[in-house]
Amino acid sequence: MILFIILGMSLVTMIPRILPAYIVDKVHFPEWMNRWLNAIPYAALGALIFPGILTVKPDQPHIGLIGGAVAVMLAFLGLNIILVVIGAIATVFLLTI
Amino acid sequence: MSIKAVAKTEESARLYMIQKGISRGVPIMLGYLPVALTYGVLAKQAGMTIVEITLMSVLVFAGASQFMGAGMIAIGTGAIEIIIATFVLNFRHFVMSFSFMNRLRFIGLKWKVPLSLGLTDETFSVASMHTEEAKQEKGMYFYAALMITAYSAWVVGSFLGGVLGDIIPAVLSQSMGIALYAMFIGLLLPSVRKELRVGLIALIAMLVNAFSSQFISDGWAIVLGTLLGGLCGVFLLKGERQ
Repeated sequence: MILFIILGMSLVTMIPRILPAYIVDKVHFPEWMNRWLNAIPYAALGALIFPGILTVKPDQPHIGLIGGAVAVMLAFLGLNIILVVIGAIATVFLLTI
Repeated sequence: MSIKAVAKTEESARLYMIQKGISRGVPIMLGYLPVALTYGVLAKQAGMTIVEITLMSVLVFAGASQFMGAGMIAIGTGAIEIIIATFVLNFRHFVMSFSFMNRLRFIGLKWKVPLSLGLTDETFSVASMHTEEAKQEKGMYFYAALMITAYSAWVVGSFLGGVLGDIIPAVLSQSMGIALYAMFIGLLLPSVRKELRVGLIALIAMLVNAFSSQFISDGWAIVLGTLLGGLCGVFLLKGERQ
């Protein structure tokens, strides 16, 4: 039963990922649509960050926000992304112990 | 003689792209390992075997839906419900794949199809911040190496989580839950510094997602936020070079 669930989950995850590979070759998008697709990564990042960040510690949403604020500061200073990640982890760790 | 020289530069271009892909994949690895470990631990508690836990990561490779799947298995939800919920949650990858595949227009299907299978929120985000490689020689090796790095961290981490059970202190693995969000922030900020309008696009997507998640499922809220936020880009990124 679990195997059937895994195979089903795999299929419904693969299909939406794979379809665009076949579609983009067949059609040529108008300019505005290319701009839309080029803006998607930034929009996706925004949509993924908030409100997801509130769920880092579901019972204490402010901890995720503070960790995120530290990440924003570190990233704004131009630090390497690994340092940004480590800084945010350390912040949350210190706030929860 | 000259054929040999060409072969050599091709080889080094490929090697360079692979190295670059792995190094850009390291932050994803750092974010994936603790999350995958947590997934493994949770799935174990849900009653899944080590083989099932690892197989799910191998075949599905989508964090949020695997957490949801394990959770639903734990409470005895029916298979069809779990599969439909997975579809809803992962439909955002359709939008992301469209954007990414449009960048890879000039790369053959032979590469596009496997690369599309490696798309997650994280690999998509990192790959999208590296658009130059798509036009460069052997650039597809960059994306492939990036995805394989992330994928192996995800699969190995899930396996370890299933094996180790609850040896890892909960405080540490919970603190590491912020890693992926911190990575998203670290990816977004440099672009915002260069072009403030990018920040506006992200902000609109955030607001749409936060607002609509009150009424619809998280998966669809992310789809809506991404689509509407991106639509603002049609006007905001007007002057940008293509």
